[in-house]
Amino acid sequence: MDTYSIFREIADSWVLLAMFLFFVLTVLWVFRPGSRELHKDAANAPFRHENQPAQDIEEARQ
Amino acid sequence: MWDYVKLVIYGLIAILAAIASTYARDLAYLVHAILVVAIAAGLFIYTLRRMGHEKPVKTGYLDAPIRIGVALTAFWGVVGFLVGTYIAFMLAFPEMNFAWAEGYLNFGRLRPLHTSAVIFAFGGTALVTSSFYVVQRTSGARLWNDGLAWFVFWGYQIVILLAATGYILGATQGKEYAEPEWYTDLWLTIVWVGYLVLFMGTLMKRKEPHIYVANWFYLSFIITIAMLHVVNNLSIPVSIFGAKSVQVFAGVQDAMTQWWYGHNAVGFFLTAGFLGMMYYFIPKQAERPVFSYKLSIIHFWALIFLYIWAGPHHLHYTALPDWASTLGMVFSVVLWMPSWGGMINGLMTLSGAWDKLRTDPIIRMMVVSVGFYGMSTFEGPMMSIKAVNSLSHYTDWTIGHVHSGALGWNGMITFGMLYFLFPKLWNKAGLYSLKLVSWHFWLATIGIVLYAASMWVTGIMEGLMWREVDAQGFLVNSFADTVAAKFPMYLVRGFGGVLYLTGALIMAYNLWMTVRRAPLAETTAAAAAAE
Repeated sequence: MDTYSIFREIADSWVLLAMFLFFVLTVLWVFRPGSRELHKDAANAPFRHENQPAQDIEEARQ
Repeated sequence: MWDYVKLVIYGLIAILAAIASTYARDLAYLVHAILVVAIAAGLFIYTLRRMGHEKPVKTGYLDAPIRIGVALTAFWGVVGFLVGTYIAFMLAFPEMNFAWAEGYLNFGRLRPLHTSAVIFAFGGTALVTSSFYVVQRTSGARLWNDGLAWFVFWGYQIVILLAATGYILGATQGKEYAEPEWYTDLWLTIVWVGYLVLFMGTLMKRKEPHIYVANWFYLSFIITIAMLHVVNNLSIPVSIFGAKSVQVFAGVQDAMTQWWYGHNAVGFFLTAGFLGMMYYFIPKQAERPVFSYKLSIIHFWALIFLYIWAGPHHLHYTALPDWASTLGMVFSVVLWMPSWGGMINGLMTLSGAWDKLRTDPIIRMMVVSVGFYGMSTFEGPMMSIKAVNSLSHYTDWTIGHVHSGALGWNGMITFGMLYFLFPKLWNKAGLYSLKLVSWHFWLATIGIVLYAASMWVTGIMEGLMWREVDAQGFLVNSFADTVAAKFPMYLVRGFGGVLYLTGALIMAYNLWMTVRRAPLAETTAAAAAAE
């Protein structure tokens, strides 16, 4: 078989399956137990370091 | 030590470019070589004069390039809209292709200037600038390296300069949205690798445990554009002293590579990157976290997995194999869902704060932007269906679709970003005038509606006229008949462009006055006391 056909064969069988599984597992992973708190914390990231980097704030405190 | 290295590099570039200019085989290459000499020599003198000066202490966020970036975004926006409005009237009045400017300022030269000015100059500068701002704020860390940040910022502006001057002088490889010739492509590759290193470096030194979702979108935009840009621009220069190059791919392979690139430029430049903006600036302006963080993660992965396959829908009924165009169509239709997931996430962020729509014109702008995102991501999949495409392809409907996405989604979210950032970056209590924001909002919205509606009418009309056959099976209309029939709609479209441009000029004035006149924010004193 020529290179194109070999690649084509792999791409529309195993690679397709692997990518689809990766996607499904990602979606399931999002709903894992205990993710709620983590996501709540992450969603609030834009509101924490508006004016200064975390390091500068720590240094100022010391 | 590093200053000496820089002097050597700038000196070498200036000398090599000067030598290249004497061998130049065409005008575009000559002008570009001279521009490079001027830039390198300027940087040489600048570095030399600052040798031995004390370097400022690097604390806080690196906001200087962002301040220049937001101003340049507004500037490129006005330039891009102006050229766009001008060429819109050129289509209505071909006499505007003046004989004295033939070969430089005719429609064929100005059209890529318009598309690149709005996508890569206005949109690209907005993306680079806002990504610098967002990655610092959501990581709680300063940009990884100051010098690299400045290199990426000005390096990208040099790409814009070379591309824009190149189009006027005829240096183009004829690939849509990838017109710049080989040396500009190589320079952009270097800048882009620097951008990736800078962004990754900043993420790695972050103080937040989680990488905020906006940064995921920005990162996917940077990585994918690198891949698309390199593959689509594989070409061999005819001479190292000339602008012309020859593509490595030919025929249908070249067409497929081009639209794999072209559609993902829409998907990862104009969508993923701008979704990064949406996920930061809408929560910030609404003062509440994103509606569902889980949905944002699923939105991200679904978009990444689907977009890359949608390109073939640009080549329905061509030499492309049928299976490939069916694949492109199916993935485009499936893509509708993650797009609307993202839209819902953006809109619902306002749940519980809908009253802000009445009082805050900036949030109104952002919401309309997300609305247009939803509208064009419905229209796009519909147009990618083969049966619909046989009517819409090659007509002005496509141009209308592009502009409802570009003016509505990309333009409006960028305006919202600029209105948010200007007071923050110059430490102002607020904008100079909210009333002017309202004016901008209505002018822009009415402009888009006129634009999109006229293009629907004229696009469907010309699609129907092209396929109309009489009882004997002969075509009823000649091509010139359709051109004549479209004239009134071209006037409406041009007028829509004038309104949109006027809105952008009002924005530029408002932002300028914000920097000059608006009162300072109170928080400066509080922040200083905390230190």
